Amino acid sequence: MQIKESSKEYDAIVVGSGAGGGMACNVLANNGLKVALVEAGPFFDPADPVTMTQMKWPWDSPRRGAGSTRDFGEWDMSWGDWEIDGEPYTTTKDTEFKWWRSRMLGGRTNHWGRISLRFGPTDFQHKSVDGLGENWPITYDEVKPYYDKLDKMVGVFGSKEGRYNDPDGYFLPPPKPRLHELYYIKGARKLGLPVIPSRLSMLTKRINNERGVCFYCGQCSRSCRVYADFSAGSVLVFPAQKNGQVDLYNNAHVRKVSTDAEGKATGVSYINKEDRKEYTLKGKVVVLAASACGSARILLNSKSEQHPNGLGNSGDVVGKYLHDSTGSSRAGFIPALMDRKMYNEDGVGGMHVYTPWWGDGSKLPFKRGYHIEVWGGMGMPGYGFAWNPSDFNKHIGGVVGGYGDKLRDDVKRFFGSVIGFGGRGECIARADNYCELDPTVVDQWGIPVLRFNYTFSDQERQQAKHMQQTFENLIEAMDGVVLGDTPTAEQDYGLNKPGEIIHEVGTTRMGNDPNTSVTDKWQALHDAKNVYVTDGGPFVSQADKNCTWTIMALSMRASEHIVSEFKKMNI
Amino acid sequence: MDRRESLKALLVGTVAGATMAGTATGCKEGDTNKAAEIISDAKGLYGRVPEEIERDKRIMASEFLNEHELETIADLCDIILPATSSAGGANDAGVPEFIEFIVKDIPSHQLPLRGGLAWLDGESNLRFNKEYKSCSREEQTAIIEDIAYPDPDGKKPEMSHGRTFFGLIRGLVLTGYYTTRIGFDDLGYKGNFANVWDGVPPEVLAEHDVDYEEEWLAKCVDQSKREVIAEWDDEMNLIT
Repeated sequence: MQIKESSKEYDAIVVGSGAGGGMACNVLANNGLKVALVEAGPFFDPADPVTMTQMKWPWDSPRRGAGSTRDFGEWDMSWGDWEIDGEPYTTTKDTEFKWWRSRMLGGRTNHWGRISLRFGPTDFQHKSVDGLGENWPITYDEVKPYYDKLDKMVGVFGSKEGRYNDPDGYFLPPPKPRLHELYYIKGARKLGLPVIPSRLSMLTKRINNERGVCFYCGQCSRSCRVYADFSAGSVLVFPAQKNGQVDLYNNAHVRKVSTDAEGKATGVSYINKEDRKEYTLKGKVVVLAASACGSARILLNSKSEQHPNGLGNSGDVVGKYLHDSTGSSRAGFIPALMDRKMYNEDGVGGMHVYTPWWGDGSKLPFKRGYHIEVWGGMGMPGYGFAWNPSDFNKHIGGVVGGYGDKLRDDVKRFFGSVIGFGGRGECIARADNYCELDPTVVDQWGIPVLRFNYTFSDQERQQAKHMQQTFENLIEAMDGVVLGDTPTAEQDYGLNKPGEIIHEVGTTRMGNDPNTSVTDKWQALHDAKNVYVTDGGPFVSQADKNCTWTIMALSMRASEHIVSEFKKMNI
Repeated sequence: MDRRESLKALLVGTVAGATMAGTATGCKEGDTNKAAEIISDAKGLYGRVPEEIERDKRIMASEFLNEHELETIADLCDIILPATSSAGGANDAGVPEFIEFIVKDIPSHQLPLRGGLAWLDGESNLRFNKEYKSCSREEQTAIIEDIAYPDPDGKKPEMSHGRTFFGLIRGLVLTGYYTTRIGFDDLGYKGNFANVWDGVPPEVLAEHDVDYEEEWLAKCVDQSKREVIAEWDDEMNLIT
């Protein structure tokens, strides 16, 4: 097959248009660099009525929102989920991993939960506290200026709380709690748990004249037509396109980074999914932001004479230290929330309050913490709603089962009476949790695919056990009925499968030692200084926070470093 | 904001959004006619990508349930959710059509539903020597009474397959019903329109004996200033 070369040379080629790639594209283009933005999926604009799902009614679709083609339901704005036709991944014997991919401009930021938490000072240096994992080569103080800029640039609501390891930011004001959240606050306080307004990247107040303000439909997972939530396409890529510095390549699946005789990157080659031909792009800098595992895969597939073990992999670290947030969930039925008066309580597309980690690892059978996410309320019915409407009658002495008008009463009686909790915690990064190239399997583009190997340790299991105990205590504190059985040790205390929380990071971790890390503290490869990684790959540890806000702050930091290297003529 | 106003606000938002995005898609700035045209073209769409549109066409052109099965389902709809003086019934809400589609969309429902409907005919043949849909309402109800409730004491173990089937058909009927406008009206559902959330209504707070604390409220958004562009002092305090 003849590879089609372009004679044009870009200052920077950015691979991936999600949180990390969108930010890199924005910073580089706004500083005058000529950028090629290469995205494996099609163009997407949340304001396009043809693909829009926001504000649809269930009856607008014959399947009423069922998840037949989209795992999180048909309104979820992710093109691609755990499985993508023609693009498989595998796992080693007896291990599990699930990998969510969104093939579209903006990637997974179009549907994510917008939970936007800064990592704290301890999170960057946690090994110094408890001896586990590794310290980052950078501190909170080095990242803080970028978090500050990010808050103002993208917008995040929250409140000043003065908690040491949950640093405050430049927050927009949070929305008032909903009814079930007021119940949660009461219950959590009985147990002595902190509850504070949540921190989500949604505009409760205007930040500029280009983006709209939240109109409280509660549907951020469908991506907002007035750009009032953070999605990388509408917030970072479109503004970057305005000065003509960005060439957008859609449906372009990157195979590898090309390198020269000195081992430096010269560009990338990609498969155009429309004609299935391979093309090359030339660039002075390559920025990989194809997701932690996607970028690791590209690096491992970029073998050359100079980089026989894959690009950036001289220390044999690419793909290792893969870790996802832990997750374990539980729900309760709250009799006091039966027979609710109806009103619109959609609110923002996520929780209005949450509980940050409150514990002390030195006094617990596990070292690292988790935060608690809260859900509930009178959400819009969709496929599956009212399926078994009278089941809760068993808790209040009513009649279970039946038919006729009775069912209408059951549906109304229990609507909005369930509250649920998700614990999201830190998994300890380990070298033996990794992704690598599968030795025999290729995708439909002929590119070797990833094989995952991931197991939990007792650190994660004990943490999940603690989550379950906390959730049960919370439900009892709200005079509720815990639903379902307590997950057992054999069930890993209800731990989600690895990958299922969709916070996978760590595959190209940063550090000062090329033998134990892939990138330096500016996220450039030790082995090729003009290749940067700005997705979750460079994370040394996950923290008990969601990763996106830190991906973006670090991508901004790395991108400004690239700009300064250009100015110093180092590139 | 009433529903009509909120729709208007939304439409304006949509046009503004589409215009903004025009820089990316190639529309010219200010080309609101184009945006309005796209919106009207999108009427009846539900946000599918091309592969999904193809799949839906394929599903809609196929058949699974036969006429007898659909008639039996319609009969069951009248028992499971009949019309009331104030709300339409499952048949009014088009539930049989929904079930006809959804079992093609979710094929794991096909065998249990087909087999369950056949079980129902088998049971009515046994009891009344005719298939279910030909039975009188009293005869039908006699069977439904035996399969509509759990049987924790195991009094009628021979009805266990019927109970499993009834759980499925009741689930399909209810979910099909409560995802229609008729069902939303019956439920009294009030969401899914543009609004400005400003907390739980006071009478609801009182009913539940909860309230907003001053300290917490002080942190929350002042909705009268939502359109004022945010500015902060150097101490991270919002000043607008």
